[in-house]
Order: sequence, then C-alpha cells, then structure tokens
Amino acid sequence: MSQLLNALFATGFFASAPVRAAVVVGAVVAVVTGAVGVFTVIRSQAFAGHALGEVGSAGGSLAFLSGTNPLWGYMGVAVIAAGLMEVLGVHRPRARDVATGLVLGAGLGFAALFLYLDTTSTSTTGVTVTILFGSLFTISQPMLPTIVVLSAVALVVIASCYRMLLLSSLSPELAAVRGVPVRAVAIAYLVIMAVAVSLAAETIGTILATALLVGPPATALRLTKRPGGAMVLAGLIGVAAVWIGIVLAYDSFYWPPVDHGWPVSFFVVAMVFVFYLGSGAVASLVRARRDRRVGDPSAMGESGCEPHVDADAA
Amino acid sequence: MFSSFMVNTWIAASMVAVIAGVVGFFVVLRGSAFAAHAIPHGSFGGAAGAVLLGVNTILGLGIFAVGGALGIGWLSRRGRHDVATALALVLMLGLGSLFLSFSVEYAGAVYSLLFGEVLGVPSDDLLPMAGLGIACILAIAVLYRPLLLTSITPEVAEARGVRPGRIETGFLLVVALASTMTVPVVGVLLMFSLMIGPAATARSFTSSPLPAIALSVAIALIIVWFGIAIAYVTNYPVGFFVGTLGALSYGSARVWAARRRSRRVGASPGDDGPRLQLTAPLLRAAPPGR
Repeated sequence: MSQLLNALFATGFFASAPVRAAVVVGAVVAVVTGAVGVFTVIRSQAFAGHALGEVGSAGGSLAFLSGTNPLWGYMGVAVIAAGLMEVLGVHRPRARDVATGLVLGAGLGFAALFLYLDTTSTSTTGVTVTILFGSLFTISQPMLPTIVVLSAVALVVIASCYRMLLLSSLSPELAAVRGVPVRAVAIAYLVIMAVAVSLAAETIGTILATALLVGPPATALRLTKRPGGAMVLAGLIGVAAVWIGIVLAYDSFYWPPVDHGWPVSFFVVAMVFVFYLGSGAVASLVRARRDRRVGDPSAMGESGCEPHVDADAA
Repeated sequence: MFSSFMVNTWIAASMVAVIAGVVGFFVVLRGSAFAAHAIPHGSFGGAAGAVLLGVNTILGLGIFAVGGALGIGWLSRRGRHDVATALALVLMLGLGSLFLSFSVEYAGAVYSLLFGEVLGVPSDDLLPMAGLGIACILAIAVLYRPLLLTSITPEVAEARGVRPGRIETGFLLVVALASTMTVPVVGVLLMFSLMIGPAATARSFTSSPLPAIALSVAIALIIVWFGIAIAYVTNYPVGFFVGTLGALSYGSARVWAARRRSRRVGASPGDDGPRLQLTAPLLRAAPPGR
C-alpha cells in the first residue's frame, strides 16, 4: 500500500506547504467555476467567459506594477469589461460576437502596454508567463481566506438566483412573461462569471482560465441533463482535474527533459480535455445502449447535451 | 520613421492589414470572432514548440493553426461550437505553456509573439508573407459566393446544395493560413484586433459586401499605420495602439450611425430598400434613440 502511495505521490507531497495551499485553492476554485460554468455553457457564453478571463491580464499586470495582488487586478478589469460588453450590446444575439471581440481586443491592448511597463520597470520577463499561464504552486498563503470568501459569495449568489437564471437561460421569453428581470439577471451573471474566471485565472493563468470555466461544465452536461446535478458533477470533475494536475506536476520534478517540474496548468488543461473527450464516448455508449433497449434507431441523432427543465427544477 | 530598417515594417504591416481587413469582413459577418481569436492565439503554442525543437517558427505556427482549425471543426460536430473552440484553444495554449517551460531562453519571445514586435521585420520574411497572403486572398475569392450565401441566407445556400459544414471548415482554414502568415510578424493581438475592429466599423457604414470589404481594408491600413507611427514616436508597444484604435473606430462609427438615424426619424423606412438584408442586424444592434 505504502509502495503504491510512494509511486503515485513523490516524496514530500503531503508535507509541502505550497502543495497544501494549491490543493485547497484548486478545489475551491474548481467548485465555483463548475457551478458558474454550467450556465456559461447553457447560455453559449464561452467566448464572453474567455474574454473576461483574458482581459484580466491587463489588470494582473497593472496590479503587478503597483505591487498589489494580481487577483484584484483580474477581478477589477474583468468586471469593468463585463460592463463594457453590456453597453456594447452583448445581450443582443447579433451584436454579442463583435461586442465581446472588441472588448477583448482593447483589453489585450492594455495588457500589452502594462506587461511592457512591467518588464521595463523591473527587468523581469517572467511576469508575462506567470500572469498568462499561472502557477498554482506560487499562490501566496495570505490570499487563501480571500479566495475562499470570494468563492463562497459567488456560490451564494448563484444559488440564490438559480431559478431566475435557469429560466432566463433556457427560455428568455417565458422568463419575461413570468416577471423575471431577464436583462438584470444577464448583467448579474456576467459579473459573477467575471469573478469566477478571475479566481480561475489566479490558479491556472488568465488565458487558460477558460479551461476550468467551460471544460468541466460541458463535460457534466454531456452526462446529465439536470442543471443542478450538472453543477455538482462539474465541480467534482473540476476538482479531480486540478488535483490530478497537482499530483502529476509534483511528480514531474523527476521527469525528463529538464530538471524542473512541468507546468501544473498544462496538466490541469490536459485533464479537463481528457474528461471532455471521455464524456463524449460515455454519452454515446449510454445512448447506444438505451436505443438498443428501446429499439428506436431514430433516437440515435439526438444530441443529448441540451439541458432541459426537469419537473423538479421548474 | 521611414529609415531603411523601418521599410520592411511598413510593408509587412500593410500586407497584414489587407489580409486582416478582407478575412475580418467574413469573420464579423459570420459571427466567428471566437474562432478568429482562438486560431491565431492557439498557434502560439506551435511557435513555442518550434523554438523548442529548433525548427522554423512558421512551420510550428502553421501546424498548430491548421490543426486548431480542423480540431474546432471536428469537436463542433460532436458538441457546442463555442465549447469546442474554447477547449481547442486552451489545449493548444496549455501545450504552449509546456513547451515554454522546457526552453528557458524563450521568455522574452513570448511577449513579442503575443503582442507583436513589428519594429524589426527581417527581409527574408517578406516573400513568404506575400505568398501566403496571396493564397489567402485567392481562397477568399474562390469561397466568396458560398461564404456570403451561408452567412446571410443559410436556407438558400442549402437549397443550392452548398454544405455549410464544409464552408465553415474551409473558412477556418483560411483564418489559419492568415494567422500563419501574420502572427510571427505582428503577434496574436494585432491580428485579432485588425480582424474585428475595422470590419465591424465598415459594416456600420455600408451594407453591400464589396464596398464594406474595401472600407474594412482601408480602416485596417489607417489603424496599423497610425499604430506604428505612434509606437515609433512614443516607444510604447504597437499592440496597445492597434487594440485601442480598433475599439475606438467602432465606437465612433456606432455614435455616428446612431446620430444619423435619429436625424432621419420620420423618413420612410423604404429608404434602406434592398440593402436592408445585410444591414438589418447591424442597424438593429445600435441602441435606439442614442
């Protein structure tokens, strides 16, 4: 047993303080992005989610310049970007693509400026890579309570407006008829998504944050049709991806070709992708078996990933 | 500013602007901004791999760009399009971060690949750029009618036997080709900004395709020239100026369109006549009464 443990976890894994912090932060963030991301997938807002994460680079580099924690930079700029997208018309289906793209382009412009100033003022080039690709092992311990509190707030907000959000995501017209303030819910959701993606950026970097926001929820929605169940499942998948990523990254210190570890963000992204592909295979197996039982080959083409309002959710 | 070492920069940037203006028109028309962001951005991972292996950067960029385009197409057939794009993008970037961590001397080049370093284009790069650029324009010319049909009236396209899936994959490949040509010179950011900003601006002024493409190219050229000039004078990164100028041009176009419309309130709606087919979505996109 202990041999197996030693083979899986390189020596010192459980004693290392950075690893413990990474395990806690990674799990908390994965739970939040899993819950928030289910709606990102249902609402087809993966581009907006990605853009909010990536413009965070501008905030992260500005925070670096002024010596504050990058998380505040990610979050501040992401929330501002969410507001700008809303003004430019992200809520209109025809304008949403361009609105998101323009905010992303301008935000990346500012990131270019601030990262340039970072590298010229401190003559360190590493900051670009750290902000863009993240490093879960370098999370500062004093930030732990802040991350946990922010995550809890995001979860509470999502839980408290769950029904309004679900209804306005699945059928805006029906939601409007029932008196749901669809536009206000959309704005609130953009802000929550900005917070979630900033937390993800803190763990796996601004340009990879999308992996946690979109990957586990999309995987979960292939396996279950119930949005509530998908939120829980997405959280579990996210936690699994992050923890496996941490273990592999820790073990990789002894791997070729270099004598330092492989980046933990790479392993997390790779696990997310593997889970997504695997869920596709599982979903089609389940469908094939069900079709054989029912004996109705016409159901084969059903996509199976469209969430629907179940009796208990409506 | 126009000294001999800057001549290549002006030529390269102008070629990039022309390609981005043409391809960008279809990106905006088809609503494929996410894919247009993901393909050049993800190809960055290929560049990192090429540097690690010591092969030509363009080769790595090209493989990742084409692989990304095909991967997005493949994944979209089995799931949601935006999820497929997002996952293909993060996978390519994740591989990029892995390659990056293996090659220590590369950290500085990351910045220039992402945000562009147009001030210093080697002469050897100009000819392959021109070749790929011409290939891009030719591909767009061949795909021109089916692209327009599938974008504006998908029903008519289908009735005429055009396969939307194939056209989409073909278009993504054109974006991949354009990225391969431009990213090593101007970086990911410039390419994306130049595809979205000018084309979106052009579409708020004119509705018929060819003038819109011409206008989009013209705006892209102006933005890139201004960006380089300001960057040269101020010494700040050119990506910042191009990114913000793109958003600025679209913002002012929207204000202009809204003003014109509010002045014409009461005029017969028939004024816009047959052109409405193309402009309708965009006109509606402007906030009413502002």
